[in-house]
Amino acid sequence: MRKSLRWMVGLVACLCVPVAQAGVQVFACEPEWQALVEAIGGEQVTAYSATSALQDPHQIQARPSLIAKARQADLVLCSGAELEAGWLPQVLRQAANSKVQPGSRGYMEAAQQVQRLELPTRLDRADGDVHASGNPHVQYDPRNILRISEALAIRLAEIDGTHAAHYAARQADFAARWTAALQGWETRGARLRGMKIIAHHKNAAYLSHWLGLDEVATLEPKPGIPPTFSHLSELLTLLKTTPVSAIIRMPYEDAKPSQWLSTRTQVPAVVLPGTVGGTPAAKDLFALFESTLDALLQARP
Amino acid sequence: MFRTLIAVIGGAAACSAAPLLWAADADSNTATPTLEQRVEALEQQAANPPPQPAAGARAFNPAISVVLNGTAAHFSRDPEDYTLPGFALGEEAGPGTQGLSLGESEINLEANIDDWFFGSVTAALAEEDGETHVELEESYIQTLQLPAGLTAKGGRFFSRMGYLNEFHAHADDFVDRPLAYRALLGGKQYGDDGVQLRWLAPTDLFVELGAEAFRGNGFPGGGGAHGGVGTWTVFSHIGGDIGDSLSYRTGLSYLDTEARDRETGDGPDTYSGNSRLIVADFVLKWAPHGNPKNTNLKLQAEYLQRKETGTFNGDDYAGKQHGYYVQGAWQFMPNWRTALRYDRLSADNSGAAVAGSALDDQGHQPQRYSALLEFDRSEFSRLRLQYNRDESGPEADNQLFLNYVFNLGAHGAHAF
Repeated sequence: MRKSLRWMVGLVACLCVPVAQAGVQVFACEPEWQALVEAIGGEQVTAYSATSALQDPHQIQARPSLIAKARQADLVLCSGAELEAGWLPQVLRQAANSKVQPGSRGYMEAAQQVQRLELPTRLDRADGDVHASGNPHVQYDPRNILRISEALAIRLAEIDGTHAAHYAARQADFAARWTAALQGWETRGARLRGMKIIAHHKNAAYLSHWLGLDEVATLEPKPGIPPTFSHLSELLTLLKTTPVSAIIRMPYEDAKPSQWLSTRTQVPAVVLPGTVGGTPAAKDLFALFESTLDALLQARP
Repeated sequence: MFRTLIAVIGGAAACSAAPLLWAADADSNTATPTLEQRVEALEQQAANPPPQPAAGARAFNPAISVVLNGTAAHFSRDPEDYTLPGFALGEEAGPGTQGLSLGESEINLEANIDDWFFGSVTAALAEEDGETHVELEESYIQTLQLPAGLTAKGGRFFSRMGYLNEFHAHADDFVDRPLAYRALLGGKQYGDDGVQLRWLAPTDLFVELGAEAFRGNGFPGGGGAHGGVGTWTVFSHIGGDIGDSLSYRTGLSYLDTEARDRETGDGPDTYSGNSRLIVADFVLKWAPHGNPKNTNLKLQAEYLQRKETGTFNGDDYAGKQHGYYVQGAWQFMPNWRTALRYDRLSADNSGAAVAGSALDDQGHQPQRYSALLEFDRSEFSRLRLQYNRDESGPEADNQLFLNYVFNLGAHGAHAF
């Protein structure tokens, strides 16, 4: 007993040596928020993303590596609206880091900064995995990114007051470039208005809302419930009467259901990047929307 | 009389106001923009409803979740006669009930108490000898604001030693707990009234160290020795990722307790003396690119070793017992999972108390093979079919379980 205590004290002493890392440590739940933090914070932040574009942010496990990262964070930036409900509360509770607990300055939910779509009028699990706070996939509307960047710059300035001017200047620069790009995207995307699509999950709702796409169905019978054969058969019948331009999915979603439907209907199965890094072309936030438009325009020439 | 008058006047006022309102509405209609613009405005409104404030007193209700659990079991040998030769068993160590039975229905309430504390209560409703019992499984508070990576926990809770110990049994990959938990921890796990201090290192490698002090009522302790601080534990875990598809956690823990008249078996037998337990645990999870949704693999193993020195039914007894299990669970497609497990125990007991008692291993080393197939409609419903070839005793028992575990209510976050 005494020996093990001495061993513990020794280990504590050597692990307490601080790890040198620059600036504000940010734990982003998804790659798009890591990219946004890096755009606004520049060299004053070190950002880490808890998930990659190939991971479904609903269904991540509260891995030890995530807990260790959250322990060192000054800011946790997540989509929120219960997107990370299956793992983030566990990560934060185990992280023993008072700075980033919900309600504190170091905890920010992107979805809280914007108007959310699909706020449910009734909450019942018979409707699938519905989110009481509305659809959480807010990153897929570039107008949301702009609003969130404003809130983020303010939050970074609160956490790191000495560089407040730096964050404000970078945000202004980002906003100017973003607004210019947005005009270009909207011009290019005008042709997509009314385009009928089928999505794997309701994670393109903001994209559809922005571009005026018509999402006629999802491959999942209910949100969060994987596609079933009977539901896909129903979609097959639906597609006979309703002409659809594309069956879209994100890189982390099972390819089989959309391929199954695509081969039987000749409707192209399109992988949208979903977030930064989702496809080789989507290497930053600007390229995310650029390449998303490319993919959609290709499906509706 | 007065009240009636008011009602009449009120009603008349309401009736007379209605046409006025109608008229006002008609007026505004003539002033409104074209139909197209109105539809657009409505669409805008539908897309951006004003945020709903949380409603009244109910808004502060804790997160409530309920676990429903039921089993149909078939045992080729009578579960009432279940023994593990070489081990004196705690009260929840049996293999289950023959036929259809409701397992434990569990109710959990949890919420932040204020900015400093988080609280959680879990109660299980279980049937025993024709009566329904409420068992308070956990009831604890945990700090949120301690500095330097520290958290403290107090109340009744499951010890953080080992891997499976901290989980409620319904979250397991199998219907029943490993034999080593059954034999050395009295059934499901070590839980007791106590306090815990845990420290998490500020490093990218997950390193946690902690210590706990418990009352000493839970098996293998008993009787709340030393003025009600009868059990001490220390635990350590490290973990991390290997590449983007593998993650692991491994640990070493130690429990030291003293039992006073600990009762086991039907006799009951009593044991007084010390009990020291070492647990080594290892979990490895694989998912393609770290995305477990479609397919994933989980490998898990724990080794438990317990040494006891004291008196069993008044006679001298020294015991060294150990056990391990190795299991793997493979989700081969969305919703479907299969799992395999191997359990083994052995006892090396000596002293006058051994011959003819539960501690006599009769030259037998218990082992068990398990296989499971699971279907999940959603992450809230699990249906499982499990087969065990249980060689706990000298004669093998073939066991078959059909089990459901359903969660309703709040969506709790899962630990690794």
